[in-house]
Amino acid sequence: MIQDLLVYALYIAYAIGVLMTFGTVLTWVERKQAAVMADRIGANRAYVRLPFTQVKLVWWGLFHGLADGLKMLVKEDFKPRTYDWYAYAVAPWVVFTPVLLVFAVVPFGGILDPGRLFPSLAGWFGDRTYPLQIARLDAGLLIVFAFSGITIIGAMLAGWSSANKFSMLGGLRAGSQMISYELVMGLTVLGLVLIYGTVDLGVMVQKQSGTVLGFLPAWGVFYQPFAATLFLTAAIAENKRIPFDLPEAESELIAGYYTEYSAMKMGLFMFAEFIEIAIIGALFTTLFLGGYNLPYMNDSGFAFPGGHTVAMSHGWVVVTQLVVFLVKILLVCSFQILIRWSLPRFRYDQVLSFAWKFMLPLALANLVATAVLVWSHQGSVT
Amino acid sequence: MTRPPYRRKQYWNEPEMGWYERAYLFEILRGLAITGGVFLRNMGKWMTGRKGALTTYYPEETRADYAAGNRGKHVLTQRPDGSPQCVACNMCATVCPAKVIEIDAAFDPDDPAHPKYPSRFEIDYSRCVFCGLCVEACPEDAIRMVKEVPNLPSLDRHGMWLGKDELLTWHPLSDVAKPYPGAPARDKSRGPA
Repeated sequence: MIQDLLVYALYIAYAIGVLMTFGTVLTWVERKQAAVMADRIGANRAYVRLPFTQVKLVWWGLFHGLADGLKMLVKEDFKPRTYDWYAYAVAPWVVFTPVLLVFAVVPFGGILDPGRLFPSLAGWFGDRTYPLQIARLDAGLLIVFAFSGITIIGAMLAGWSSANKFSMLGGLRAGSQMISYELVMGLTVLGLVLIYGTVDLGVMVQKQSGTVLGFLPAWGVFYQPFAATLFLTAAIAENKRIPFDLPEAESELIAGYYTEYSAMKMGLFMFAEFIEIAIIGALFTTLFLGGYNLPYMNDSGFAFPGGHTVAMSHGWVVVTQLVVFLVKILLVCSFQILIRWSLPRFRYDQVLSFAWKFMLPLALANLVATAVLVWSHQGSVT
Repeated sequence: MTRPPYRRKQYWNEPEMGWYERAYLFEILRGLAITGGVFLRNMGKWMTGRKGALTTYYPEETRADYAAGNRGKHVLTQRPDGSPQCVACNMCATVCPAKVIEIDAAFDPDDPAHPKYPSRFEIDYSRCVFCGLCVEACPEDAIRMVKEVPNLPSLDRHGMWLGKDELLTWHPLSDVAKPYPGAPARDKSRGPA
């Protein structure tokens, strides 16, 4: 029992560490990638000077995130005079917390066997094994949608409680846009649920570990390419980033629903947005890119189609799976940033008609086609 | 009497989009390929030790294509012994439209050819407009402007005042047309000067 506690405490620390690191590093990645895309250098002036020396560590501007955090902490915490105090104070946390909680059901690695990893602890752990996932819930995907739905309430609360017309418009836009795209997102994932017959994310990833047609990795993106595109689009819209940043459109609404927020409260909104980029990356990886699976890799090493095999120890397998998962997340995040710096913003009516008149019918059509295919191949598909 | 209905004149071309452009996704993919291509190209340059940006990393780096006649930072020319060629006539300070030059004149009995010299010569670069009128006005060719502008940025406005030492030494220039001692050859027939 105490062993379980130890292992899961480690998992939670790992998950929070990964998310916080992603949240901080992504601000840097976003700046640098935008700069490189635009033939610029990007932010690179902040440095840390080693105490008592003249050695200045610049590290390609990595410390700008640190400088930003410090700035937000020491800024004046401005509060508007006429506002709903309680809702105003609670809204950033309502946005921020569920974003972290979503990661609880995402499997970030295969099976961990502490007894095999540390032979000296084998007696203590016995034959217990732990999948690298904080919460093994049967309802994994439903939990994801339940929690990401709560962020809508946070955005709307922030908009309503600020007692500001811009904020209220932003909150309204956030509500309608996020609910619309939440629906599309749910429909796109249903195809995968039909194919895999489960909403448990861990099982879904395990089912993506083999190959199709002998060479293609059995990733969701190859079963459901259409749904993958729609899912990513809806997820970016859900995260309120360009080209769907209507709730905070600065040329129209100043900063939308968080106009009246300053200092670290505003920082929480920004941080939640950046962590949500990582969460979208993790979900997309889990659902469509095979999670922690590398092509041709299994729990004992690589087995290439030609019959060639490479054996790996358990420790290396676990480390490889963790790293593969992080790299995949980072690539998806980078793709989201590429989209954010390439496309112009939609008009508000375009955003909603895009969701209801274009993406929803496509998602439904995809679902129907998948259902027919699954029904006709019943038993032959995984 | 019937009039044809008013039709607003169209000054722009109607966009001609086929189904391919209207489908939006393909054109988005093309745009992403362009921006992603630029990203990969620049990243490749950075990775291989070349510069993948158009930015000049000022002030560590200055552009090579500064115009040859660019009016940059001032230089006080010096005589071969290192003293400033300036005779503290205050013409530059008078002509300066921004009134940024301050000169204190002093008397030097050891140098009969140039008894008047500036004990203090300061330029306030936070107000200087780099018009070059001081260079035009100088009768002694004692002040010049060179094209480079190094080390001007400063954290406070007092750091923008540059004195005689800095102006003399940051880019030492001497006037070849006026070799030392440069005392004017007096024509005795005209009587005492």
